[in-house]
Amino acid sequence: MSNEPWQMGEIAGPKKALIITKPSVVVGMVKKAKRALMVVGHEISKYDLGEESAIDYMIRIAETFKIPIVATAHTVSEFVKRSCYPIWWMSALDIANRLQDPEWEGLDGKGQYDLALFIGIPYYMEWTILSGLKHSAPNLKTISLDRYYQPHATWSFPNIKIDEWFTHMKEILGQIVEK
Amino acid sequence: MTSRKSIHFKLDKLKSNLAEIDGLEVSIGKIMGEEWEEPFGPTPCPSLATLREWDLKLLKRYKPFYLPYCDVCCLCTMGKCDLTAGKRGACGLDICTQQSRIVLLACCIGAATHIGHARHLVEHLIEKYGRDSPIDIGKSVGVDIQAPVTRLVYGEKPETLGDLEEVLDYVENQVTQLLASTATGQEGDKIDFESKVFHAGMIDQVGMEVADMAQISAYGFPKADPEAPLVEIGMGVIDTKKPVILVIGHNVPPSVEIIDYMGEAGLSDSVEVAGICCTSIDATRYNPRAKIVGPISWQLRFIRSGIADVIVVDEQCIRTDVLIEAKRTMTPVIATAEKNCLGLTNRTRDPADEIVADLVEGRALGALIFDPEKVGEVAVRTAMLLAPKRMKFKVIPEAKEIVEGAGKCAQCRFTPCMRACPNNLPIREAMEQAAQGDLEGLSNLYEACIGCGRCESACTNELPIHSYIIGASEKRIREERFKIRAGRGAIQDVEIRRVGGPIVLGEIPGVIALVGCANYPKGGNEVAEIAGEFAKRRYIVTTSGCSAMSIGMYRDEDGRNLYEVYPGGFDAGGIVNVGSCVSNPHIAGAAIKIASIFAKRKLRGNYEEIADYIHNRVGAVGIAWGAITQKAASIASGFWRLGVPVIVGPHGSKYRRMLLGRKDRKEDWYVYDARTGDKVFVGPCPEHLFYAAETKEEAMVMAAKLCMRPNDTPKGRMIKLAHYIDLHKRFYKVMPDDLHLLVRTEADLPITMKDEVMKILAKKGWKGNVIPDPTLLPRLVHVKEGKRDEQ
Repeated sequence: MSNEPWQMGEIAGPKKALIITKPSVVVGMVKKAKRALMVVGHEISKYDLGEESAIDYMIRIAETFKIPIVATAHTVSEFVKRSCYPIWWMSALDIANRLQDPEWEGLDGKGQYDLALFIGIPYYMEWTILSGLKHSAPNLKTISLDRYYQPHATWSFPNIKIDEWFTHMKEILGQIVEK
Repeated sequence: MTSRKSIHFKLDKLKSNLAEIDGLEVSIGKIMGEEWEEPFGPTPCPSLATLREWDLKLLKRYKPFYLPYCDVCCLCTMGKCDLTAGKRGACGLDICTQQSRIVLLACCIGAATHIGHARHLVEHLIEKYGRDSPIDIGKSVGVDIQAPVTRLVYGEKPETLGDLEEVLDYVENQVTQLLASTATGQEGDKIDFESKVFHAGMIDQVGMEVADMAQISAYGFPKADPEAPLVEIGMGVIDTKKPVILVIGHNVPPSVEIIDYMGEAGLSDSVEVAGICCTSIDATRYNPRAKIVGPISWQLRFIRSGIADVIVVDEQCIRTDVLIEAKRTMTPVIATAEKNCLGLTNRTRDPADEIVADLVEGRALGALIFDPEKVGEVAVRTAMLLAPKRMKFKVIPEAKEIVEGAGKCAQCRFTPCMRACPNNLPIREAMEQAAQGDLEGLSNLYEACIGCGRCESACTNELPIHSYIIGASEKRIREERFKIRAGRGAIQDVEIRRVGGPIVLGEIPGVIALVGCANYPKGGNEVAEIAGEFAKRRYIVTTSGCSAMSIGMYRDEDGRNLYEVYPGGFDAGGIVNVGSCVSNPHIAGAAIKIASIFAKRKLRGNYEEIADYIHNRVGAVGIAWGAITQKAASIASGFWRLGVPVIVGPHGSKYRRMLLGRKDRKEDWYVYDARTGDKVFVGPCPEHLFYAAETKEEAMVMAAKLCMRPNDTPKGRMIKLAHYIDLHKRFYKVMPDDLHLLVRTEADLPITMKDEVMKILAKKGWKGNVIPDPTLLPRLVHVKEGKRDEQ
């Protein structure tokens, strides 16, 4: 059941996301990508666990990978409170719409991306957005960093508990630093 | 123009078994254009492709972004076809075209639903009041332009109920043609499907306008009355000591007959009539003593509360399991519409006495009665007789039962209840808490619960989770005692004269229309917060349907109800409830009337020019924060064709496609300056045509931005920019990153922010632009023919 869509009716089609069984998959995918970015939605705050802030993890992962963060909705307000790391902000649909355009010049004017990591957008909205990208952005690979299985991503974590999710994020960070 | 429905024949001599008649002359129907001096515009009664060029202009700027909800097509026997990522199905269709086809199907369903509703209503009212009964939606308060949408699209101004039949003939035909284009092997282009989606929406606006004009005129609803009475809303306002009749749906004649029967029988003070969804709004327009329980999502909780002694359903937005749910509380159901028979026996021709006896004695779960008058009698008499027997029998558990029930929760590892919940509510945790005797967790779910009951279907132990949530929230439900302004109907011409200039020039920063259903991501309070925010900023806030209810079911930080704080006039700082779903064309009609009254543009069959005017000048934005249905989709598409952007909540992404502008593509944002014929950059105004926002904060920032129009004067743009920047800074904590695209001249800059904004503009290399007399239509350029030809 851990690799079934989190919301029960969101049955995916013939092409479904591969399961991320080890955090090294994420590290490998990002390192392999020519240009990657991270899209963070407002539900990132739901991932907070005690003293541990999910946003801080995202910032550290993005900083270490040297990839840009796009904060959707009003999430940018949380980032600017916490970090000087440059944050782009755009609605979830706007960034997705640009990611499917082969002629988009990118956030920095240097061209389209070949990998996008998503986290924190409401499950059903992220589901539809990833579906749009699966169909319309053939050169883009997507990773769902959420703790719920997103069938339309290229790669997705299975349905996991919050503490497991933090363990994975720590491992990702650790592996980037090691390498 | 020729007559569409004119039969005219003359017989010099008729000899039959019945009579001999000389010089018989018969006319059926009338010749179009006979009674209205205004000449026809270019497109009366447009067919599917008549306005295609206009649609293509919009769709070139606002390109569809498809969000497939399903990767396959299963509409014909060659399928299922896998359409993933570029594959084509057996018929040749690709995934994007399939999505646009499904969007069209949805909008056809929506339009057909409103038009079918209108047809039923008009036929019933003609039978009751006569074909010559006049259309009057506010003549006494100066509503001279009645039926602006119908005038614009159909090209006629209906004067009587009988005239409306011909309008319906036209729209029914169009929906049939549209539906035909979705057949396997028909339309094969996604953009052409999108154009047809716009057509469905436009046609839907006509159908809705017909329905509301008919009921306002015949039933004497408030006629363009900004001071329509405040009526009661909320589960707590129902007097449970009395027999209660619950009406659910959208088509009001059965509710009207219930109220009339009560009056005639002297029972107005003895029986409560309360409603859910739009039929309740319309019942309060008919009689302010009727009460509103709440929006569409209040059905399950109210039925299970057992408060209703009889349930009367008409059509649309009714839970299809209403009979099953009502049986549990021993509440009989009376179905009244051919579109929704619920498997019940047709008792229309049976004597009322027999039907009442069967319902009261429990020999029948319900009855199907197509005669509204008989419904009135049966419902009232049944409620009177049944109420003492039922004793408000309910299936909402008491606290002790909830704790016991929660103790049986299996605490499933993969939380099927939570995974079934559209809003992913933490049900398992709440149940765990409840099992310990603490019901606060369950009660906390109440606000964001949309009342679908999917948690119960998913529960492995078949626990009535929704009932637990309701039971745990008993105190707050008792406190649901609010006011809502009854639907006022149309906007007066004098109101348009007063605000038309300030809106077009931008000095009233915008019109925010909060419409649609109640599939809210975090509860209805968000709609009220949006309404309050924009009313406070002196936008004009209009509303209808379930959104209007949600605005009413809220108190601000000072404990005030927004309808009591803000006036109901169409003016800056007003909150204007136009009425039910079919009242939405009054909002579109206001924009249309601005073009007609303020700018003196011709309406009759002149759709493209008026839409161009509205798109470039009238800063209106729709927000359907909880849109659910196909009807909401078609209502939105009616606004798109007028060039009015619509924002939906995050669940709205499930409509399968958005219409998004790209502010980074400068070439998309040019218009003609009608004064010179030059093409002028006007920035992304408005940036999107259909857009799903993730949070209410995002929706508010985007709504403020989408109110900007190329025609804004510097003063108007200054005001709009000030609101946009202020909201952006408040919610995003940073300055907007697109001011260089929105500022045309230094005079646009908000004075208090000028220095800060100028620094940003300087970094972006901003250069000023002229403010044009904007149009997307070369034919509207006022230059000599030679220059126009060059375009």
